[in-house]
Amino acid sequence: MADQQGRLAENIVYFARALRAAGIPLGPGSVLDALEAMKAAGVGTREDFYWTLHAVFVKRHEQSLVFDQAFRIFFRKRGYLDQLMAMMTPQAPGAPAQPPSAAATRVQQALFEGLDTLRDEEREVEIDARFTVSDREVLQKKDFAQMTAAEIAAAGRAIKRLMLSLDEVRTRRLAPDRHGHVVDIRRTLRASLKAGGAVIDLKYLGPKTRTPPIVALLDISGSMSDYTRLFLHFLHAVTDARKRVHSFLFGTRLTNVTRALKERDPDEALAACSSSVLDWSGGTRIATSLHAFNKHWARRVLTQGAIVLLITDGLERDPDDRLEFEIDRLHRSCRRLVWLNPLLRFEGFEAKAKGIRTLLPHVDEFRPIHNLDSMAALVGALSEGGSRAGDPKAWLRKVA
Amino acid sequence: MSKTPAARPLPASIDATLDLLAGADYLADRSLATVLFLALKMGRPIFLEGEAGVGKTEIGKVLAATLGRRLIRLQCYEGLDVAAAVYEWNYAAQMITIRLAEAEGHADRERLEHDVFSERFLIKRPLLQALEPDTAGAPVLLIDELDRTDEAFEAFLLEVLADFQVTIPEMGTIKAAHPPIAVITSNRTREIHDALKRRCLYHWVGYPTAGRELSIVRTKVPNISARLSQEVVHFVQALRKEDLFKSPGVAETLDWATALSELDAVALDPATVSDTLGVLLKYQDDIARIEGSKAKELIDQVRAELRAAE
Repeated sequence: MADQQGRLAENIVYFARALRAAGIPLGPGSVLDALEAMKAAGVGTREDFYWTLHAVFVKRHEQSLVFDQAFRIFFRKRGYLDQLMAMMTPQAPGAPAQPPSAAATRVQQALFEGLDTLRDEEREVEIDARFTVSDREVLQKKDFAQMTAAEIAAAGRAIKRLMLSLDEVRTRRLAPDRHGHVVDIRRTLRASLKAGGAVIDLKYLGPKTRTPPIVALLDISGSMSDYTRLFLHFLHAVTDARKRVHSFLFGTRLTNVTRALKERDPDEALAACSSSVLDWSGGTRIATSLHAFNKHWARRVLTQGAIVLLITDGLERDPDDRLEFEIDRLHRSCRRLVWLNPLLRFEGFEAKAKGIRTLLPHVDEFRPIHNLDSMAALVGALSEGGSRAGDPKAWLRKVA
Repeated sequence: MSKTPAARPLPASIDATLDLLAGADYLADRSLATVLFLALKMGRPIFLEGEAGVGKTEIGKVLAATLGRRLIRLQCYEGLDVAAAVYEWNYAAQMITIRLAEAEGHADRERLEHDVFSERFLIKRPLLQALEPDTAGAPVLLIDELDRTDEAFEAFLLEVLADFQVTIPEMGTIKAAHPPIAVITSNRTREIHDALKRRCLYHWVGYPTAGRELSIVRTKVPNISARLSQEVVHFVQALRKEDLFKSPGVAETLDWATALSELDAVALDPATVSDTLGVLLKYQDDIARIEGSKAKELIDQVRAELRAAE
């Protein structure tokens, strides 16, 4: 009996470690709580067990999903370590045929990491075969490879360095500021009262700054398909880090994916995006999409000094006057229009395509990326300092 | 509205609500009347969203006028804060009190602090005013264009709208004996947070149908000729089907009808329409698109429709 208890404790500790590796921040305190909770609740049914651990380990709604996946893999059947091992042998029964649900990759990875000492090469091959084959399955909808924990961490770090130009806007709100120029009578009075009312020590307020909203328009047409996953992860990370981010995807039509990207879990967010968009990797109709944006969304999302991030290669199928008209309107309705173009893989790029030449005069900043292979490169390109760095006119002059 | 409004009872049914609004020349459709009725009945705030110029703000005003309640209006703007919306302390009076206490020589700090932060020194702003009892019944609190302020301000509203109370750190919680009739409007230039929407009854105020718009025009512009009013309304209705950046609202229809009747027009003609299009459309691209041949085409289409209807 004591041995059983010991094994249970050991497993909970191990499970907690797996959860931590999968991205749920758990301290040793949580593990102690879990053990205590298990003692208090007693191990009855599997369901009780699940919700007891859930109650202790899950602190936010978004973590529920990761927990659920981890629990299912970890405690499959009666679920102890040997069962987990058994599950990973080639004879494992009942491999699911459907694509992996969100976060599964990460949880699997987290579990295997802990088992490093126990697993051999042969098994690794088997595991890989089982858990990644459906990653590569091409469904009708876009199926993105899931993000690894390392990728998520790297993305999080990269986003912290993101610094768009004019990224601080002065608001009309005031906040306590030692060097401010408006007297804060309320605080002054309180401070003076503390001293018995004899001394009046003036306190000041200064203007508050904040980051403006970001509106991202991402091209998901065929020519951009190599980068779509990276950009979506970028948008997800930005949505997570900033308060007001609106994201739209366009190919031949415009889709608002803001809500989908608000899912805390990146895989879940991408899955939600994928199911709401119908025109993955098709053609590009930039003018039509911009028109839809200008007409239906511009007034709803471009308030409070929004920065627009236009992410497209600018290869419009048939550029005409409408493209110029729409990009001009977009430019006039936002505070700053930044165009990020991943087409420029080689240094010798020149703005020759007609669509590109039409768009260039109407953007405030032109941010080319020569070698887009990581979130860090993307953030680097957007944050590049200096007023000259993104000047679109320089590119136009080069051709002229 | 009379100067000393007499409180009138709340409507007892949806039809009564419709009649009530019609009594103040506000011709609402049934869906709006239903929401208003429910909001009044359940004591919940009403959240009205819609394009500019469809009569959202007017609903608040009309409710106050017809129910004989005081109208307290809070126009939202960027940077609106607690001091301007909820309450502020009368600092000058507080200072004087502190000085006096000192001069009299009993500067007991605890006591002084308690005295200085009492209701006597409180300056009430709209949200707090709305919680005060009123002889005419609870006032109508109109929070106009909420989307113009920032998200931070919405948080202040949560307490007011959910429990009709305001918490002042120095004094405690002030709760309304009779909750005000709260009407919130938004032009949807940004999304309002779900937490706030959840506490309200939501209604999207759309453009009216041709029949209703015609009644509205005839009610609000009484000296307009029957023919002109019909043509104006059908022209505007046709215009709303065009691919315009900003479709004209009811307010624009009324302005246009007034303008045309001031110009002594009896019917629409392409030249007058082109000349007065600025009353109706507020974007140069839209005006350029409609001016001239398109206006004539629309007039012909409207005439054909009206003839067919006769």
